[in-house]
Amino acid sequence: MSTNIPNTFSRRDFLRTSALAGGGMLIGFNLITACKEKAEMPVDIASLNFNDFNAFIKIADNGYVTIYSPNPEIGQGVKTSMPMIIAEELDVPWDHVNVEQGKLDTENFQRQVAGGSQSIRFGWDALRQTGATTRQMLVNAAAARWGVEASTCSTKQGVITNAKGETLGYGDVVKEAAALEVPEGVTLKEPKDYTIIGHDAVNVDIEKIVTGKPLFGLDYKKEGMLYAAILRPPSFGKKLVSFDDTEAKKVDGVTDVVRFGEKAIALRSANAWVAGMLGQSDKIAVVATSTWQAMKGRDALKAVWEDGSPMESTEGHDDELIKILDGSNLNTLRKDGDVKKAFAKADATLERTYESPFLPHACMEPMNFFADVTADKVHLVGPIQTPAGTAQSVAGMLGRDPKDIHLEMTRMGGGFGRRLYGDFAIEAAELSAKINKPVKMVCTREDDIGIGVYRPGIKYRIKAGVKDGKVTSYHLKEACINSNMYGLIPHFFPAGAIENYQVDAGNYKSNITTGAWRAPYTHFLAFAEQAFFDELAEMMEIDPVQLRLDLLQNVKGHKDENIQYEPKRMEDVINLAVEKSGYRNKKDGVFQGFCAYYCHNTHVAEVADVVIENDKPVVKKVTVAVDCGIVVNPTGAKNQIEGGVIDGIGHAMYGDLSFSNGTPNAQNYDKYRLIRMKEAPEVETHFVENELSPTGLGEPALPPAVAAIAIAINQATGKRLYKQPFANKLEVKELIG
Amino acid sequence: MESFTIKVNGETKTVQADADTPLLWVLRDHLDLVGTKFGCGIAQCGACTVHIDGEAARSCLLPISSVGEGAVTTIEGLSEKGDHALQEAWKEVDVPQCGYCQAGQIMTAAAFLEKNPSPSTDEIKDAMHGNICRCASYQRIHKAVKIASEKLS
Repeated sequence: MSTNIPNTFSRRDFLRTSALAGGGMLIGFNLITACKEKAEMPVDIASLNFNDFNAFIKIADNGYVTIYSPNPEIGQGVKTSMPMIIAEELDVPWDHVNVEQGKLDTENFQRQVAGGSQSIRFGWDALRQTGATTRQMLVNAAAARWGVEASTCSTKQGVITNAKGETLGYGDVVKEAAALEVPEGVTLKEPKDYTIIGHDAVNVDIEKIVTGKPLFGLDYKKEGMLYAAILRPPSFGKKLVSFDDTEAKKVDGVTDVVRFGEKAIALRSANAWVAGMLGQSDKIAVVATSTWQAMKGRDALKAVWEDGSPMESTEGHDDELIKILDGSNLNTLRKDGDVKKAFAKADATLERTYESPFLPHACMEPMNFFADVTADKVHLVGPIQTPAGTAQSVAGMLGRDPKDIHLEMTRMGGGFGRRLYGDFAIEAAELSAKINKPVKMVCTREDDIGIGVYRPGIKYRIKAGVKDGKVTSYHLKEACINSNMYGLIPHFFPAGAIENYQVDAGNYKSNITTGAWRAPYTHFLAFAEQAFFDELAEMMEIDPVQLRLDLLQNVKGHKDENIQYEPKRMEDVINLAVEKSGYRNKKDGVFQGFCAYYCHNTHVAEVADVVIENDKPVVKKVTVAVDCGIVVNPTGAKNQIEGGVIDGIGHAMYGDLSFSNGTPNAQNYDKYRLIRMKEAPEVETHFVENELSPTGLGEPALPPAVAAIAIAINQATGKRLYKQPFANKLEVKELIG
Repeated sequence: MESFTIKVNGETKTVQADADTPLLWVLRDHLDLVGTKFGCGIAQCGACTVHIDGEAARSCLLPISSVGEGAVTTIEGLSEKGDHALQEAWKEVDVPQCGYCQAGQIMTAAAFLEKNPSPSTDEIKDAMHGNICRCASYQRIHKAVKIASEKLS
């Protein structure tokens, strides 16, 4: 368990300073590694060098602070919360802090990735230490000017005070501070003294968002920039043979029609991570002076396609995945005891299969990227969750020195995992290199959903055995398209709680591109596992909450380093959710479903309230109890939880991307249904209060919501749900209201 | 291409565009008003919502040739200083996550509150049901519309 005990920090090589030519002090720092010996600090803001530093802080001579925030913003709030941590230890008023998105030109970057709810968890120590070290340098500078011991001075709200009561503002001493040695052994604040962390801070971009200022990739413009629409294969498996661009070239404003993609195909075979829309066929780009003209030109193309690889369908996938579950050709990811023997000895067993379809990410901002490839440099601008990896891929594809790649991140109109894959940036770069012009590639919604990257279809089969009133065995099998659960997921609950325990996984290789989707694997695994435990408790005739608490007792005191969920923290969230939801004091006509889950280092318990209205089950409310350690920004944290819960419910209820002949049957929001306002329940969030290091919140609230509503719907209707989307099974159109 | 003269945010603008160009792309590409967003192109998500003579309209399906004399208002022209009651309420409630759909949400709500300044909870839900927020900030959108309505009425 990581604690927040203030520590002395002996590493000083992570931070460098300089005096800015125009006045003020600049601090460059690295979140994880030491600064390179030869890393030089710039002396003007125009030449911030993100090759050597992850992020910078400027303290102007009026005391105002600008933080060049290091992590990509996809809506998870780190552009606000990470600077809050620096500002807290720097001890400045939050309204004197301005936050700008850091640019990226880096080859040695450690974690400039938005994904896995890890930004805050990884940044916590380094961000605090950066703030505290800078504060100490300012104090040291003031103390030197006064000729007093630094230890006799204190700071508050950007002002340094000595024993005589004399004061200096931070801005007054920046010049001297910039020239001082970086101190070691700085002391961090006690959580009780926090004035910024734990207090609501509104999204730092809110003014721009509500007034429509350019922020997103799609909003980016550069003089002379052209727009490109790309004709990609109509289905997974088709390859381009030839095309006729006569009509396309007649469209006003069309400047180029080019066949391209061979470089991306070569890259894909070398680096599957950037798969996406790349790599199964050449494509045709129509380049024009405006987005609409490019799209019109694209629609006027006549292309001939041939069958390259099999055109797959959902029925085929279902058969293949069930075959995997029925067969014996699976990899064992964890094995305790002997489940087969335990099943043979059991008084009773329960076996259930849970199924879910492909899902698109359906980010509101369609994929897009700007590229300007010239002899001097490669300028890339756009929304990307993996800027460093994408820059490296582009360098590899174009055969350029990584130093030539200048990638600027924009705010992102949603990510959910889709923008981990840089395929759209790579397309833009290959196209710009081919036509020698600055160009922005813009996808339509149909491009995005029709031939993108998807959360793959998954099926779980779970079997448990009960002997003498105890769960003695648990066997989970996973069958998934293309990939399987990874890392420590096989060691999540109930690993360690059941004597005979096994997790097996197998996959079917498809030509449909698949990838991470918000809370990878756990977004569906949590439903399967927790809905199973609810049914198991029913079979055992014990209270479902008590079943979880009993199992958690078995994990206490374990010495298995793969098991990272903490029984005590899980109990705390369970008890808080039970208390706040009134689970033990049921109201007439309200049916409740309980779920507890740990993923992405955060413990969450949820209770869903379902009522029957007009003979239909309606989810009215979800009560959430969360232990994410110290809550950096409560309003932002709650926003993530509210969104995660409703997102989880929406996709479980309606999300369905089935395939016929290699093509998704839904390509836009008319057929691919997303949850809307009338279907969204109230979400009420409660935090477990402690002083433990913070963990992320972009993902952990989503997975348990699905099981909670499924269990509550069963309470209300007597129908167990095993297959997503649930709305199909319930045969109602407007289920949640 | 043809020449079209339209009224946007109180100014008269002339653009060269094909007659079938949706107003959305004229605003974004020709007039640099990028606050109006592209989400689906088929009037399903509401990210492209603007006002034409005060009525909410989906600009992604509205050809420039049919705008005519209609006065177009975009998020950039909703208020002079970004202080419309809805914009203030959005800040107060800290509504956005990714923020991409929010201009469309605000424009839909603004046209709605003009007609119904004191809506009920269900009326707000009905009015906002057509706008998708992929981050699912619905609870806060609802709250912000409610707060703005209380200030306006």
